[in-house]
Amino acid sequence: MRLFNALFQQIDRTTSTRDKVAALIAYFKQAESADALWAIYLLIGKSTGRFIKTAWLRQAAMRLSHLPPWLFEESYHTVGDLAETIALCLPVPVTEKIYSLSQTMAFLNGLPSLPEQEAQTAISQRWMELPADERFIFNKLITGNFRMGVSKQLVIRALAETYHKSENEIAHRLMGHWHPNNTPISSLLIDDLLHEKSFEPYPFFLAYPLDKEPVALGEVADWLIERKLDGIRGQIIVRNQHIYIWSRGEELLTDRFPEFHPLAEQLPNGTVIDGEILPYKDGNILPFSLIQTRISRKRLSKQILTTAPLVMICYDLLECDGADIRALSLIERRSLLEKILALPELSGAPLMISKILPCSSWSDVKQAREQARQYQAEGVMLKRKTSRYDSGRRRGNWWKWKIIPYTIDGVLLYAQPGHGRRANLYTDYTFAVWDQDELVPFAKAYSGLSDQEIMTVDRWIKQHTINKFGPVRSVTPDLVFELAFEGISASNRHKSGIALRFPRIVRWRHDKAAKEANTKADLLNLLDNK
Amino acid sequence: MLITFNNKGIYCAQADLYIDPWQPVSKAIITHAHSDHAKPGNKHYLCHQDSVSLLKLRLGDQISVQALHYGQTIHIHGVTISLHPAGHIPGSAQVKLTYKGEIWVISGDYKLSSDGIAAPFEPVSCHHFVTESTFGLPIYRFPQVDTVTADMLAWIEANRKQQKNTLLVGYALGKAQRLIEIAAHAELPIFAHGAIANVQRTLIESGYPLHRVMPTATLDTKALSSPYVVILPPSALGSTWAKRFTPYEVAYCSGWMQLRGARRRKNVNRGFVLSDHADWDQLQTAVQATSAENIYVTHGYKATFAKWLVEHHGLQATEVTTQYENHLLLEEEKDEVI
Repeated sequence: MRLFNALFQQIDRTTSTRDKVAALIAYFKQAESADALWAIYLLIGKSTGRFIKTAWLRQAAMRLSHLPPWLFEESYHTVGDLAETIALCLPVPVTEKIYSLSQTMAFLNGLPSLPEQEAQTAISQRWMELPADERFIFNKLITGNFRMGVSKQLVIRALAETYHKSENEIAHRLMGHWHPNNTPISSLLIDDLLHEKSFEPYPFFLAYPLDKEPVALGEVADWLIERKLDGIRGQIIVRNQHIYIWSRGEELLTDRFPEFHPLAEQLPNGTVIDGEILPYKDGNILPFSLIQTRISRKRLSKQILTTAPLVMICYDLLECDGADIRALSLIERRSLLEKILALPELSGAPLMISKILPCSSWSDVKQAREQARQYQAEGVMLKRKTSRYDSGRRRGNWWKWKIIPYTIDGVLLYAQPGHGRRANLYTDYTFAVWDQDELVPFAKAYSGLSDQEIMTVDRWIKQHTINKFGPVRSVTPDLVFELAFEGISASNRHKSGIALRFPRIVRWRHDKAAKEANTKADLLNLLDNK
Repeated sequence: MLITFNNKGIYCAQADLYIDPWQPVSKAIITHAHSDHAKPGNKHYLCHQDSVSLLKLRLGDQISVQALHYGQTIHIHGVTISLHPAGHIPGSAQVKLTYKGEIWVISGDYKLSSDGIAAPFEPVSCHHFVTESTFGLPIYRFPQVDTVTADMLAWIEANRKQQKNTLLVGYALGKAQRLIEIAAHAELPIFAHGAIANVQRTLIESGYPLHRVMPTATLDTKALSSPYVVILPPSALGSTWAKRFTPYEVAYCSGWMQLRGARRRKNVNRGFVLSDHADWDQLQTAVQATSAENIYVTHGYKATFAKWLVEHHGLQATEVTTQYENHLLLEEEKDEVI
């Protein structure tokens, strides 16, 4: 693990993309292939899951460091990261042994089968053998929360350079299900791709947020305008009479969406469609929260299938008759898509084409954007008609133009320290609106303030604490913040009776006193007006 | 009680004097010359002789100040007073007050590890010990100074190889002098921000055998040839002033760098854990070495450390609110006006 730890340190100590890629390449060239496989797996954000219950991990750490629980918790709240807290509290190691990354992962894979005491003993023993500076990364691996300061794209770039392949090919090869234990590095990265693995999705092409006036994009006639839908972006793949459904997060979700399974027989072999999976009933798109309730379930009851039936609104066709058509223009791909969706076998299938919004000027586009909310959309998509289907998030050909979010003024009621960069600064805030003379919490928000404002608010919170409940502080209800959010829906899980989508802070309303903040009635109004 | 804590500072009624008062008083004993301990406006100051010129640099030449050596005693209204090395920064002292057999020690800020510049900490036996708790959590157990020094030099060398300048950030008084002594081993030219250059000159004039540094104010940075080293105070970090030294790598040097979050908040790529305060282990060693039974815990993680002293060491420990609010990183956010 020494080499992997050194890579982590190098990456942690630089903000330069070039230096990061160089460090990755050096690592891939040096590491044993078993270790490199694990490194790739971890770096591109594949989850290993948690290897031990967090409570057991804390227990073992407290016992080994001879710290009482209150002191350990106090430390944890200051650090804001369990893996780091443990690394800092443990006594100095006894004997330092060298374990490779793959040996470490094998050790961790053995942990879940151990009973509590044995698991704690095994971990404690390992801690005392590890050099102190490797403990942090080891702890991160145990908790299954391992992250290094590199994006998947950078790893792909480094691998492409190491193995002399194109970045797209590497992206494609790293997609889907593979595991370091049963995938030799040769087949993952090196061997020629003789026969396509039939379940493999294509890397998604993602739009960039529009950061200029649309006029700057040229002629409106060169662009297709669609609604930006709020569902699960996915690919439906039918090859060899089998269907595979992938989410944009590269999760294979086939089992979760039984309503699409008949497509295995209905769609021609060698078809890959890109679209948005949404709950849809009686000609209407249903709230996103409905899909959330079913996505996490392992088993789907009949009731769920009837309350939240799914469709895919199809945007694009990536593969047609087994041929990769991503290099064709959007217009050509779309006309092939339309042809497929018109097949008689597909009548009644849960596939619909994404509507092209007729726009003859940029002001039409603007209007379409403003009307998006009434169609349960988040805004509009602007796609250049001649664009090929690229991979990753790129500027130029595809833009998303979101609607102006809802805003509301809330009063800061509770605060809690953040994590990582914001550890021991109060940055996780709970906001409230007025219900008669009472403040009702309605949203939590973490982001939106500048570093300077965060420092100021942090100081204010420390000086205006009324009460402490563990890490949470209640403060005098004085500060007003404007919050923005994308959506609002009724919820019986929240005291306020509503749930917000993506709440974040827009600005600190220095000009407003607490009593001028919005009311619960204002929120309910937004809900009714939808 | 010989010593009480009131809204002006730590007070000795019998001698009618304050230790490190935060509001103007008639007689003030100053433990060390940092701005949160040495406030302006007092009528008379008493401090260690090495703090005199630093106090004057900060508060002006006009102040009335009396100096003591370490171990020298004076008597005021029957109270015996002496100063003892605290190891924090040049001139830093613990204040010992004895009256009718009752001994109090007010330690100000201190560290146990020697930095080669400040006179090393000396434990003083007492009945009542007032301690800081800046790093009073078990997560703060600092690495060996030698290891940190070696890491710093290796890093400066790596920067040199890439023809990059090295910027080291630390308090103008105390930390900066340590940084200069360490950087001197790299055998590169060393420049310092004006605040630091002033302190350096003052200490050299007081007889400290320190390396001389060139103030940056008079420099034509464009004419300088890289690589070189610049020492700067926290307030200059990220300023346009610092950009003049491009290309550079910058490191923040402080005990706070023990936490990744703290380093990332500073937006620096490197942090070196180099502290002028006692860490968790040193705090306990210091408390035990005094064999005091009554411990008063001031600025830092005071509630936590006091609770630990009660539970684990069986001492009578209480937390005391002072205005030496070095808490978290706030202190370092302030401009250092020297």
